Amino acid sequence: MSNLKRTALHDLHIELGAKMVPFAGWEMPVQYPAGVMKEHLHCRAKAGLFDVSHMGQVTLRGNGASEALERLVPVDLAGLAPGRQRYAMFTTEDGGIIDDLMVANTGEHLFLVLNAARAEVDLDHLHEHLPDVEISHLRGRGLLALQGPGAEDALAALNPAVREMRFMDVAALELAGATCWVSRSGYTGEDGFEISIPGTMAPRLARALLENPEVAPIGLGARDSLRLEAGLCLYGSDIDETTSPVEAGLSWAIQKARRTGGARAGGFPGADRILRELDEGPDRRRVGLLPEGRAPMRAHTPLFSAEDAAEPVGEITSGAFGPSIERPMSMGYVPTALAAEGTTLWGEVRGKRLAATVAPLPFHPTSYKR
Amino acid sequence: MKYTEEHEWLEDADGIVTVGITAHAAEQLGDIVFVELPEVGTEVTKDDEVVVIESVKAASDILAPIDGEIVEVNEAIVEDPAKVNEDPEGAAWFFKVKPAEPGQMDDYLDEAAYKAFIG
Repeated sequence: MSNLKRTALHDLHIELGAKMVPFAGWEMPVQYPAGVMKEHLHCRAKAGLFDVSHMGQVTLRGNGASEALERLVPVDLAGLAPGRQRYAMFTTEDGGIIDDLMVANTGEHLFLVLNAARAEVDLDHLHEHLPDVEISHLRGRGLLALQGPGAEDALAALNPAVREMRFMDVAALELAGATCWVSRSGYTGEDGFEISIPGTMAPRLARALLENPEVAPIGLGARDSLRLEAGLCLYGSDIDETTSPVEAGLSWAIQKARRTGGARAGGFPGADRILRELDEGPDRRRVGLLPEGRAPMRAHTPLFSAEDAAEPVGEITSGAFGPSIERPMSMGYVPTALAAEGTTLWGEVRGKRLAATVAPLPFHPTSYKR
Repeated sequence: MKYTEEHEWLEDADGIVTVGITAHAAEQLGDIVFVELPEVGTEVTKDDEVVVIESVKAASDILAPIDGEIVEVNEAIVEDPAKVNEDPEGAAWFFKVKPAEPGQMDDYLDEAAYKAFIG
């Protein structure tokens, strides 16, 4: 793993007994000795600490940065108040998704969190389209996520001001001697925080949080099962340049101002397709699927409309066992006519057609502090 | 007790061979969430894919280590796959096979050789 980048918490992961794996060019902890299942359940019951320092952290500065960024995303950023964050996606000219990201308005600048595997692509895209904006890629910063019902108490022990934050708020706060950018958000469906911190200060904050007996380290394995139970998309699996935000069920992220008839309707790449799909409905949709029985239906499992149908109608994009719901769960794309809740579809697993029912997302209820 | 390089263990008791996976294999696989066992009465040939197990990470096949007839399977691990992580070399055996010919398992590793194999 010699060519892989290491986060500021690398030594801590080793000390904690993590199993390290290559992920998007980084050496990352996939699990700790507790294992994926226990880590997942701990996060839902108490609080889990994740190292997500591999993700791209970028600031945009300059007059008109919000307006400029709006030309790349179907999201209302002019209406993004200081101290607030929104989910967004960079779209292609064809209406596909280059990456999904978080955009925060800290009051001083815009702060973007990008997927690790897409950070370089995103940065090229930003530099190409925003020549008048000062773009900084903060390679040395760490990013920690603290998630779960115990997250607020654990973080409030270091700075009680975090209790005042609600879902998708952002604030600059002092934690373990460092000035951090804290957002009340995450990727687990739980209440929690993401904390951007200078890399050299990250180990001290992580250790301070782990001293709390309620807080356990959680690897990428459980991060994946947590986000899937929460019905959240993984870039590269559930969304990519071939899927539109509307097909992906991300229309909620496209505010009225950017839709047909809105104050700043369109004006982003792929607007023709995306606005048409918003108005008329997409041909296919991302749905949740609950397989019958215990066999997980994993990514790339073909989906059929009948047990004996010859041609597949769609494909699973994510699938795993859900430790909290205690059964397998999947997401995938199906034609709109087959996307209604309760529709039975058939996935082909090891040559056998197994039934799966279209189910509402999330699979496990979210508990954001709104 | 004998061991295969596929990380199965075999125990011969009165001419019936019990087969399971080693603690090392269970550890490597991670939390096991699904087990599919063969039907009792199935005639198997060495290297047939007889069992499917899925962990939180991936699916794996377990191969028949010898020729013979499946005479019993452990339904308890189908009901509760986590048992495989808890006691892989004891209560969480997979199946029992009546060997077609005696001596087929003799060439497999003994405990010391298996331990050396997994390093």
